[in-house]
Amino acid sequence: MKLTLKIWRQKSASDKGKLVDYKVDDVSSDMSFLEMLDVLNQDLIDKNEEPIAFDHDCREGICGMCSMFINGRAHGPDRSITVCQLHMRSFKDGDTIYIEPWRAAAFPVIKDLIVDRSAFDRIQQAGGFISVNTSGNTQDANGTLISKHAADTAMDAATCIGCGACVATCKNSSAMLFVGAKVSQYALLPQGQIEAADRVRNMVAQMDLEGFGNCTNTGACEIECPKGISLDNIARMNRELMKANLN
Amino acid sequence: MALNSRVPEGPIKDKWTNYKDKINLVNPANKRLIDVIIVGTGLAGGSAAATLAELGYNVKSFCFQDSPRRAHSIAAQGGINAAKNYQGDGDSTYRLFYDTVKGGDYRSREANVYRLAEVSTNIIDQCVAQGVPFARDYGGLLDNRSFGGVLVSRTFYAKGQTGQQLLLGAYSAMNRQIGRGKIKMYNRHEMLDVVIVDGKARGIIARNLVTGEIERHSAHAVVLATGGYGNAFYLSTYAMGSNVTASWKAHKRGAFFANPCFTQIHPTCIPVSGDHQSKLTLMSESLRNDGRIWVPKNMEDVLAIREGKLKPVEISEENRDYYLERRYPAFGNLVPRDVASRAAKERCDAGYGVNKTGEAVYLDFAAAIQRYGKEQAHVKGLDENDKVVVTKLGKDIIKAKYGNLFQMYEKIVDQNPYETPMMIYPAVHYTMGGIWVDYNLMTTVPGLYAIGEANFSDHGANRLGASALMQGLADGYFVLPYTIGDYLSNDIRTGKISTDSKEFEEAEKQVKATIDALVNNNGTHSVDYFHKKLGKIMWNKCGMARNEKDLKDAITEIAELRKEFWKDVKVPGGANEYNEELAKAGRVADFLELGELFAKDALQREESAGGHFRDEYQTPEGEAMRRKEFQYVSAWEYKGEPKDAVLHKEALVYENIEVKERSYK
Repeated sequence: MKLTLKIWRQKSASDKGKLVDYKVDDVSSDMSFLEMLDVLNQDLIDKNEEPIAFDHDCREGICGMCSMFINGRAHGPDRSITVCQLHMRSFKDGDTIYIEPWRAAAFPVIKDLIVDRSAFDRIQQAGGFISVNTSGNTQDANGTLISKHAADTAMDAATCIGCGACVATCKNSSAMLFVGAKVSQYALLPQGQIEAADRVRNMVAQMDLEGFGNCTNTGACEIECPKGISLDNIARMNRELMKANLN
Repeated sequence: MALNSRVPEGPIKDKWTNYKDKINLVNPANKRLIDVIIVGTGLAGGSAAATLAELGYNVKSFCFQDSPRRAHSIAAQGGINAAKNYQGDGDSTYRLFYDTVKGGDYRSREANVYRLAEVSTNIIDQCVAQGVPFARDYGGLLDNRSFGGVLVSRTFYAKGQTGQQLLLGAYSAMNRQIGRGKIKMYNRHEMLDVVIVDGKARGIIARNLVTGEIERHSAHAVVLATGGYGNAFYLSTYAMGSNVTASWKAHKRGAFFANPCFTQIHPTCIPVSGDHQSKLTLMSESLRNDGRIWVPKNMEDVLAIREGKLKPVEISEENRDYYLERRYPAFGNLVPRDVASRAAKERCDAGYGVNKTGEAVYLDFAAAIQRYGKEQAHVKGLDENDKVVVTKLGKDIIKAKYGNLFQMYEKIVDQNPYETPMMIYPAVHYTMGGIWVDYNLMTTVPGLYAIGEANFSDHGANRLGASALMQGLADGYFVLPYTIGDYLSNDIRTGKISTDSKEFEEAEKQVKATIDALVNNNGTHSVDYFHKKLGKIMWNKCGMARNEKDLKDAITEIAELRKEFWKDVKVPGGANEYNEELAKAGRVADFLELGELFAKDALQREESAGGHFRDEYQTPEGEAMRRKEFQYVSAWEYKGEPKDAVLHKEALVYENIEVKERSYK
């Protein structure tokens, strides 16, 4: 198929940036979206133009590195996938595709489609952990029984890949789905109880400091999340925060 | 230089305990005076960084990704082994040790493997304490599954995302230390050389991938946790950025490279679909617990399938060849990876491949769906003979166990694996070879360590499933923190290492010269052009089966390709900016050297062992023929060109396990 691409080009963080048109021919429906961009980049290199910079690594939907806004949607038109899992069979011959970076004040553009998501790391550093040293002297792993339901729900929250689609798609650029997922994972497990209050307070404070917006329960984040992280996690985070502040 | 593995004396059961009792320690106040650089933030690097920082050392961590959480350990699916014997099925430290050595085709170092089995149980305790949500049964206890090459259920898992959960556990431990200021994290940085001062590793040269700036970083010890080199094959299950550069630069600075030809080709990956393909996707080995592997028995069926005239579900049971069950009745579909891969290749080479390229076999869940469905119908008091009810119930169970993998398959192949068998084919997945290390995980360069997949010691010629995660975390959490202390105890009075020395200057100059050469080359072909060519040579001549002629050709062809690369590669953009093509060029340049050593090693090893299969050395039944004369580690010393590398041998002695034919029949 033949496609017209309108891709965001921005030389650096301080550059203004603009959409630039590209044509690609010979796109096979078996290609992944990123492989289609690989083909375009090879073409640009051959023509002595600068290839398009985009983040990607595992190309199997788990590292969370790829991050593109495609035709107005985070990770493109399909549900429950990242860009690297999006295949060209989702598009038709003659389509025009808009490709932009994540847009949020807390995710400044580094170059073209690459943004700086280190704010997510800093939120985790503020409290996204259980304070246990790796001495190997912890109690036996089966020493505390954990109900299958709690373990499974914690796992569902823990599958977050930290890609930032929730922030990119939210009209408020809120990171609450991301933070809620991490808070929930620990809140649901007995190991996480000891520091629960400090954890949620510190993580939320850092989230605010980074400049992420608030949640107005639109639910777009849940729809666009490649891992299907549920809005319940935001509710749980709010409960945890309230609990922490009441004590 | 004679290799000294520094394996402690005494019975194997007591070696590690006795060793720990006798090593030198660094007191907490002195740890504050010591810096350690760790390159890579996967399971090995992440866990090591967190632990060393907890102990009190000043850690500097480096990763090329935008966050340590994205290292490729995250993609491991199936699980992590530990000799907990929670299932009461006869597991023990010895049995895990035994299975690992046997699975590795008697080419791993006995004492290291025993230690790995010994600390495996601590890993599970540690991860649970960190909040890793492993799968549990209805009583609240941890669940286990079984993996290839073993007869017990010792694999702990978190759905099909075990690597992700373990890595996020290590990442959370790192975050705690980053928050406390004990780890200084350098994201989007790539190590481009190691700096040796007075014979000791004292720092690295790194490139800031955003600004292009070349930086000097010093430390009292340097740890490489930079993973494997499977991307030499271009197509692999590795991440796009996975590379050999750190290991290769260390090799060029004096670290011996061990068994480079020992590569794991994983049997269950999604087949290649076309020339545009950039990577291959693994389908977890855990699928072989329930999936049955087959090809049609009759050639006419194969041809009809390829022409689209016949569907696999239309082929009757008696016309299917479940070749693993046929050849290996004891282990069936759960034979180790090397055996399963070769068996798939054997069938496809014989012409029975089931897709257009002739390189695919079926992995079929229909039988499992019926089996689980009947079980569920019985439990729920429904009609066990009602096919519709049974199939639905069975699919639900399969979905609960492998849902994310099935979804991944459907997205890529556009076929529904609940309705039609998956198509799979082997792909490059892991490298057992790597930087040579002694019992302390130290390389032949004092103060330079290699942990996780980057080293060579624990998996021999073939790695069993769910053992990579175990080794990465064992090295980082429980082994290196002890062994490195013994070395660093001599450095308490050294003081800060200066980056102004001539050694740093020389290394930086060399790095800059290489970068300048690349960006100013103005050739005609892109980096990928060369990488793909290298990949073709590697796959066709150093792949699942190798022979003398092909390997000799490969050595010549790779050397020629390398020459062509330096003459004709085109790297757009400049050195002082974000430039992915430049980063890729540096990595491919190193693959082009490693590839040659790889072929040389495979040529020198005149035997078949694990993942290394030489056509000339096979039993009459087509199984790998190991040779006693090659019961050693090949450790290569760099001497200028890869072809000039000098071989050093570390004899492998097995005192606690009988070396015998590796049979899964």
